[in-house]
Amino acid sequence: MATAESILFKEHTENQGAPVMSICHLYKSFEDNHVLTDFNLELFKGENMVVLGKSGSGKSVLIKCIIGLLRADEGTIKVFGENIPDLNDEELDKIRTKIGFLFQSNALYDSMTVRQNLEFPLRRHWIKVSQQEVDAMVTNALNDVGLIHTIDMMPEELSGGMRKRIALARTLILKPEIILYDEPTTGLDPVTGREIIRLMVEIKKKYNTSSLIISHDMNCVRMASDRIVVLLDGICYANGNYEELTNNQDPKVKQFFE
Amino acid sequence: MKQISSLNAALNEAGDISRFTGRFLSHWFKPRYEVAEFFRQCFIIGYKSLPLVGLTGFIMGLVLTMQLRPSMVDYGVESQLPAIVSIALIREIGPVITALIFAGKIGSSIGAELGSMRVTEQIDAMEVSGTNPFKYLVVTRVFAATCMLPVLVMLSDAIALYGCYLGVNIRGDTSFNLFWTQVFDNLAFYDVLPAFVKTFFFGFAVGIIGCYKGYNSRKGTEGVGRSANSAVVVSSIIIFVLDLLAVQITDLLGFY
Ligand SMILES: Nc1ncnc2c1ncn2[C@@H]1O[C@H](COP(=O)(O)OP(=O)(O)OP(=O)(O)O)[C@@H](O)[C@H]1O
Ligand SMILES: [Mg+2]
Repeated sequence: MATAESILFKEHTENQGAPVMSICHLYKSFEDNHVLTDFNLELFKGENMVVLGKSGSGKSVLIKCIIGLLRADEGTIKVFGENIPDLNDEELDKIRTKIGFLFQSNALYDSMTVRQNLEFPLRRHWIKVSQQEVDAMVTNALNDVGLIHTIDMMPEELSGGMRKRIALARTLILKPEIILYDEPTTGLDPVTGREIIRLMVEIKKKYNTSSLIISHDMNCVRMASDRIVVLLDGICYANGNYEELTNNQDPKVKQFFE
Repeated sequence: MKQISSLNAALNEAGDISRFTGRFLSHWFKPRYEVAEFFRQCFIIGYKSLPLVGLTGFIMGLVLTMQLRPSMVDYGVESQLPAIVSIALIREIGPVITALIFAGKIGSSIGAELGSMRVTEQIDAMEVSGTNPFKYLVVTRVFAATCMLPVLVMLSDAIALYGCYLGVNIRGDTSFNLFWTQVFDNLAFYDVLPAFVKTFFFGFAVGIIGCYKGYNSRKGTEGVGRSANSAVVVSSIIIFVLDLLAVQITDLLGFY
């Protein structure tokens, strides 16, 4: 069996240039719960990478470390060449305009309408935009997810799938170069789930973004992934594209593909 | 053993609240200032509590007057009724009862609101959208509560005095002018000032405890309920403790 290390540092011939995001030797624990122990990962431009892992394996913790919501104990997280743990609040805000984050629970502001939800990141990031531009961006983002008619509704009036799409629109509004998806299809029926996946693939094609998708939904993995890493016991246990991993004989990897 | 561990938990909590207050004190003066959100909170916290505070104030004044009348009649000092009621209201009952009502209404709603924002990751979402959630949510609410409670107490005092006027007139006949003359002749500046100053502290306590409980809410709907509930309990206790401190301090300073 090849070690995780050797699989990870295998040449990625299909990807040119430096990675847009690289995580090296990441450690994160909560008291004596060691969630991430020496986790490594590289994400290239225009790539959809899926992180596969069991519930509670630390997937959400991983992307919260990337966006700076949790502070890593050790290790580097380089995004566009800057190490996230070293940044101060202002620098972090700046880099966050280039990273979209879709929360597992959507995190729509339930005291605000859909329009205000989408305007929030635009207005808060110190970006100089006129009201017309804001309106245009909001309309544009809602058109991307096909929900322009909900613009003046409150989040509680929407169905789960619609909320997910609104959350996606809010993530897209700043035209991020990297998007982090935390279980985009969990809690949705298979049909709606597939719609979300199709949207994710479309967005990637349209804006040439790189995405890190956290999931344990095999549909999502098959349809959306260019490359997959398996997060197990706090490390990047296996790595490859969908075919490679389905043919992997390691039982711990196989259990995901049955 | 059980007592010791619960004492320990209470002390830990006190430490956490002090740290949270410290964070507030070190955050509020740094830009950026969330002025629009502050005024929105003032409106929500102040304006929406008006009916409740007004109603309780009115009943407080009326009932206190009616309850005191028999004893005053026994001592033959019925004419002093407006004076004694107004002193009791303005020095103690008005601020404390209004603050307790305020804790019940505003403390719990802040606790529940921030708690549900915490468990549905809305606070995290704000943070990744270029907003410091501590400033946007906590600082604005604490300031709004601190500024609004004194205003509400003044209104409540005024309405309570009006209730007292009606109470006096149920069995007696005191003209409106005479009533107010009696009230203001007996109220000294030193009755009003400490009572006014302590309401700022009450408001601050309600705001900071509500925010602390909500902001550090545990996952799950149960966590939100518990935040709202303990926000009310803890802030009510703190109001009484502050009241005790206030009376000691005014005593030391010779304000009586
Ligand atoms: N803020 C926190 N404080 C303490 N422990 C935490 C915290 N966040 C996560 N954990 C712990 O880290 C571990 C991983 O949690 P995480 O939320 O990353 O799981 P996950 O892989 O996203 O699972 P799921 O698929 O259910 O979302 C869990 O054991 C959890 O208890
Ligand atoms: Mg998760």
